Order: sequence, then C-alpha cells, then structure tokens
Amino acid sequence: MEMPAPDTAILARRDRIVARLSAVLPADAVISDPAETRAYECDALTAYRCLPLAVVLPRTTEEVAAVMRECHAEGVKVIPRGAGTSLAGGSLPTPDAVVIGVARMNAVIETDYANRFIHVQTGRTNLSVTGAVEAEGFFYAPDPSSQLACAIAGNIGMNSGGAHCLKYGVTTNNLLGVTIVTMTGEVLRIGGPFMDAPGLDLLGVICGSEGQLGVVTEAWLRILPKPEGARPVLMGFGSNEVAGACVADIIKGGLLPVAIEFMDRPCIEATEAFAKAGYPDCEALLIVEVEGSPAEIDEQLARIKEIALRHNPVAYREAETEDQAKRIWLGRKSAFGAMGQMGDYICLDGTIPVSELAFVLRRIGELTESYGLRVANVFHAGDGNMHPLIIFNANQPGQLEKAEALGADILKLCVEVGGCLTGEHGVGVEKRDLMSVQFSDTDMEAQLRVKDVFDPGWLLNPAKVFPLYVTASRRAA
Amino acid sequence: MRPGDEAELAEIVRGANVPLVLRGGGTRGIGGAAAGEVLETGGLSGVRLYEPGALTLVVGAGTPLAEVEGLLAAEGQRLAFDPPDMRGLLGREGVSTIGGVVAVNASGSRRVQAGACRDSLIGVRFVDGTGTVVRNGGRVMKNVTGIDLVKLMAGSHGTLGVLTEVAFKVLPAPEAVATLSVAGLGDARAVEAMAAALGSPFDVTGAAHWPGRGTFVRVEGFATSVRYRAGELARVLGRFGPVEDVDGAVWPAVRDVVPFHGMPGDVWRLSVKPSDAPALVAKAGAAAVLYDWGGGLVWLRVTEGLDLRARLGAFQGHATRVRGAGAAPAFQPEPAAVAAISAGLRAKFDPRGVFNRGLMG
Repeated sequence: MEMPAPDTAILARRDRIVARLSAVLPADAVISDPAETRAYECDALTAYRCLPLAVVLPRTTEEVAAVMRECHAEGVKVIPRGAGTSLAGGSLPTPDAVVIGVARMNAVIETDYANRFIHVQTGRTNLSVTGAVEAEGFFYAPDPSSQLACAIAGNIGMNSGGAHCLKYGVTTNNLLGVTIVTMTGEVLRIGGPFMDAPGLDLLGVICGSEGQLGVVTEAWLRILPKPEGARPVLMGFGSNEVAGACVADIIKGGLLPVAIEFMDRPCIEATEAFAKAGYPDCEALLIVEVEGSPAEIDEQLARIKEIALRHNPVAYREAETEDQAKRIWLGRKSAFGAMGQMGDYICLDGTIPVSELAFVLRRIGELTESYGLRVANVFHAGDGNMHPLIIFNANQPGQLEKAEALGADILKLCVEVGGCLTGEHGVGVEKRDLMSVQFSDTDMEAQLRVKDVFDPGWLLNPAKVFPLYVTASRRAA
Repeated sequence: MRPGDEAELAEIVRGANVPLVLRGGGTRGIGGAAAGEVLETGGLSGVRLYEPGALTLVVGAGTPLAEVEGLLAAEGQRLAFDPPDMRGLLGREGVSTIGGVVAVNASGSRRVQAGACRDSLIGVRFVDGTGTVVRNGGRVMKNVTGIDLVKLMAGSHGTLGVLTEVAFKVLPAPEAVATLSVAGLGDARAVEAMAAALGSPFDVTGAAHWPGRGTFVRVEGFATSVRYRAGELARVLGRFGPVEDVDGAVWPAVRDVVPFHGMPGDVWRLSVKPSDAPALVAKAGAAAVLYDWGGGLVWLRVTEGLDLRARLGAFQGHATRVRGAGAAPAFQPEPAAVAAISAGLRAKFDPRGVFNRGLMG
C-alpha cells in the first residue's frame, strides 16, 4: 500500500504542534508518547499500521473545533476516527497527521419519542444508541455487524449498512442532521430533528464521505418503533443458481423480508465445523427473516414457503421457538469467527445486481481456484451486497499480496456486472486504487470538487478514497 | 432547445453563451423563473433497465412520471416515495418528468415511512455546467463507493447540472390499504394522535391532519396484515376519539394539497419537528393549513406577499414558499457558513452560472 511521503516540515515541528494542541485541550486529551499512540496505529484493517504524529481525544464539539483551528494554522493533516473498526483502513494514520478520536464523546443529548429521534454525540456506539431507546420500544435501524463496538461517527463516515438494509435502508436513510466541524474549525449544523434539510443536500454528501469533509461530532438519528416480533426461516438448495432464483422470486412476490442472508458451500462447511448449528449439507443456504405480529409472520412465511418449494429446496426449516430461531442465526453469526479459525482473511463487500448472483459466484470460484486460495461467501442477498471472505496465511510471505490480488479481481468482477466496489465498508485505503475501475477520471474529478469546497487545503484524511495519482496535484498544492 | 440525447445536451451546454433555464415538464419548479433560454429535457427519455426481481429501475430523466408509474404498476411495484402532482396547486399544465421529480426531491405522504425521493435514488448521470458528463452511484441499492453526488443532485433544483439518467430502488405495491380517521381533533391533539400511531409497531405509511375533515392514518401491505394492524391502530387512536374506517381517496388529496387548489393566496411549506407544528401554525395566522408526515410537513395558505419567516421568527426547521412571489426568498436562507459551502459547490459544478441562475441563492 503506497502512502505519500510524510511532510518532513511537519515532522520537524512535532513538539511545537503537540504543545499547541496541549494548550487548547485538557492534559489527558493529548497523546503523543509512541507507547500510547500505538493503540491508534491501525483500525480493523490490521495489515496496515502507522504511528500518527499525535492523537487527541476531545470531549466536546468546541474542543474538536479548537484542535481543527490549531491543525489548520500549522498545516497539519487530520485523520478522524470513530471506534477504529473500519475494515477499509478509513482511519489509518500517517506519520505527519493528528488523529482526532471521538470515542470520549458518547453522550445522549436528547431523546424524543413523540418526534422519533435521538440526538447523540458521535462517539457513541451503534448498539448503545438502540440501548438508549429500547426501553421505550424503539430502535436505531442500521446494524453493521461490528455494532457492539463501532461508533456513530464511523457509521456516518462510511454510510454503514447491516443485515436489515433491505427494509430499513443504510445510515444515510436514517440520518436527520449533523454537527460537523470543518478543517478551519468552523462548526456547522446541517439538518436537525426535522425532515429534508433546506438547500443543497449537504447531509447526503457528508454521509459516506469517509472523513474527507469534516469531523462529525453530533448527530440527529431517526429512531423507529420496534416490530412486535421477528422469525427466521432457513432453506437449503442444490445450487447457487436456484438459491439466487428463489431470492428474486421472493422479492418479485411482493415480500420485503428484513433480511435475506446467503451462504455458499465453503461457508456452510466452515461454520458447521466451528459452530455446529446443524445446517443442512447443501450447495447454498438462505436465511430469510420477516417481522410483525405472530399472525403477520405466519402469513409472510406461508407465502415464502410456497415460493421456496417451487425451487425444490433440499431443506426447509421454520423456527417455531426462540431457541430454534437462535440456532438458525447461530451459523450465520459465527461465520466470521469460523473464518478466523481457518486462517487470516480479507472481507470484501462489493455489491452486484441480484440477477448476477449465480454468475458472480461461479466466476469467484474459478478465480479462487486460479489463485490457489480459498473463498467463502456469506452475504446480504436481498440487496446484492456480497461478502467474499478470502482465506490466507499472513505468516507465509507473498500470501497477503496474493489474497489482495484475488480480492481486486473479485471487485473488478462486481463492477463489470453492473455493481460497485463497496456496499457498506467504504473505500478507505483498501479499495482506493481500484476506484478507477468503477469511475472514470472525470467522474472522480466531480467528487473531488466537493472536497475542494469543504477542505481546500486537502488536510482531512487526504490519501484515502481516491487513487493517489488523481489527488496528487491537490495534495501537493 | 430540446436535445435528443446526452451527447447533444453536453454540446449545447458547452456552447451556451446565455444562461439556461432547465425544464422537465415545467409542472413543479418553484422559486420563480430564472432568466435565460429554456432547455427542455423531454428528449432524454426511455427505460434503460427494469429488473423487478432486483427492485431496480433506470430511466432517462425526461421520461414522463406517468409512464414510469405505469411500467412499475404492471409488475406490482411502485416508487416508494409517492411523488406528488403539483399541477393543481401551482396552476400548471404539462407532463411531469421523472427528472423533474428528482430535481426538486418531491416526496409525498409516504415519505414519513419510506423516505424521500433522494432515499430511493441510487444513481444519476448528469451534464455539469462545463458540458461534462458525470456518473455517480449506480444500479445497486447498497453502494458507498466515493462521494455521494446522487443525493446532492436530488433537490438541487437544476442548479448543479442537467440530469440525463436516474436509477431507483423501487418497492412492491401493497395488496391492501386501510385508512383510519378520527374527527374533530384540534391541531395539537391531532399531532399527538399521529405521533401515537407513528410510534406504534404497526408500520404506518401515512399520517395527515386536514382541519375540518379529520386526522388520517394509513397502513398498507398484505390483506390479513392490514386488517390486523388497522384493528390495533384503532385501539391506539381510540383514546383520541371515535375511529372510523374510511376510503383512501384522502391520500392523493393530501399529497397534492388539493384543498388549496384554486384558492387565493401564497402557499408555503414548513418542515418542522411535528410537536412544534401546532404552535407555529397558530403564529402564522394562515387562511388554511394541511398537515402531512405526522405534522412534520405543514402546508400553509397565507395572504399574498406575506413574509412567513419574519412572522414565525426562529424555529427548528425551514420554510419554503411554493406558490406566490414577494421580497422574501422562496428558499430558506442558510447560515452564512453553510451558504458559502452551497455557493462553493455551485461554483464548482457550474462555474459559468449557466443553469437556473440565482434560483437557490
């Protein structure tokens, strides 16, 4: 992974910069000892690590603004960081940058059930947002699998999704407003506890901008009443093609399950060995979950069963008890743990048109064989968001590079069939150099203009998202 | 001018030496006419891709809305955001285009449950002010690749570029619909009733208050489920007054603001925190009012030329003048720092100020 050469002038001024930051923040909010900044050298993309110049952990929007003003005055780059769970290296530091971590900003500012929103500081974790409102029967819908640890700041940065997006959408569809601090330290409020902020949709641009436009310190999030109940059904099929056709027929049938999860044979076998969920021995497996009252669930499942039976499933299991429901989800939820047992893995998240499912899985199989690696597929089938897991051995020289090359080929395939590089993880550094597969230079130039407006000096997370050749002149200016 | 395809459009924009006024069907633009030569997008029409099994539709921006809705209906699907027909309210003729719907981010009563137009929009192609074709988003519903210009284009009122192609996530149309009504509620009580319905787990897809007519709540879905949820909601609403099952004709009327059709005065729309709405309405002194989105959207008919923002003072939300003229700007003025960013974006995407000059500020 190529990163730009660090700014030696900044490195030389390190002590002065740390002193300036210390002057505007409480003593415990500035970390500059390498023994302590090491905790921030990477996020969940652990293959890449780098010690930052310093780390600051502000507690308020005003403190973030003060840091931004100092960094701007000194011309220091800033890397915003939520909880550090990015799989794409979105908060990977550079040696000449200050990491602004929002982890200490985790307060609930206001909950309003009549108007159905919660106003939080963005260091709050995803799951604890739901935790703050569930006693009143509400929840926050986006549910990335890291939801126990990941912060709302990172969810907004990456426009995170989850398993239930087919029905509830992703972060951008559940975000009402933000407080964002720009690189010059200006505090902007975009939107708020009402719908459709006026003017240009800056909120839509900020969400998913990967920390390139500002540091989001507060958010107004839409909360929803919890459904009465949910129940999964598991079905096994003799081929990926048939499972894919079943998914399309369920959707065409007017059903909108909250989740349609797909696992292929390598994934079924791996999770079975690991979690022993009692999954059937088959080529492809679907877990479909529907919501509502018991009677509504019965009705939806009856329709789903009718559709599924037309595709001759080798197994069809409806959860009749809470325990059975847990067992159906057990394997799916242990999938990543199971992969961890098999070795190191890279988790991709390219999205494809659902109609291309069978073709793409077949091609992934062929590519995997040509690389002599193993890939297991587990993904959100309703919205085409793939999650190929490439298994490799990091201790064996050359294996990481090989796995990355296979990953790049798989993502190119996703784009070729009409999909995209990333459905919910973000580009970060991981997919940065593949952007030109999906976008022409002209298309990327249009996106860079947005950053030019928010961050004319290109100090915010500057070596991410776009291939370095595309941003070189801007970063040098 | 009426380009027949994207390349011709780009050529026209590159060669433009006068400002251009962008027009789909001319049925829903607001803010007064910008000066310049009219550029019609009706020639950029046609279905590029429709996959019902993937809930995906890609169409030319100039395609008539009615054609899009007909195509989807034939497969038992629809645009989730329920685009309103503004012709009656604005006193316009013409054929609404899907690109025009996107340009103003037009969303109907279902917005409260299914999101706005921009939430269904998953991809765009457009020609910017330099005559360059730009592509963003795509045809898949989960896509976080790069900066999201799709949302930026939605609701930009033709001030950043000319849309040539738009892609949507579509949804199944429901098998059954039920509408419940409670009569005689005052505005504040009506907003409470709608909040109770929207805060229940019964998946309400519309909540409107039409003073004098009633307070209305809608559920949609499979028949038995709709029956069940309507029954449960009748219980929730029962503490506000007697609940009646009524037909659904009220929904298009609310969505299209039918009670204001042909009535005199200016029309404003407020986007507010629902519980703030009744007090703001009281302050506005309007001739007529209509609440949608559970009270989050308020339509007001007021005396011609009234500066409603001045009347209301500071509040959380925004006010847009949809019909009428006057010294006050149609669009809510933004705080200086935000306005500077919006102006910066316009200057980047349309450096010569070719498109709908001065419309949004």
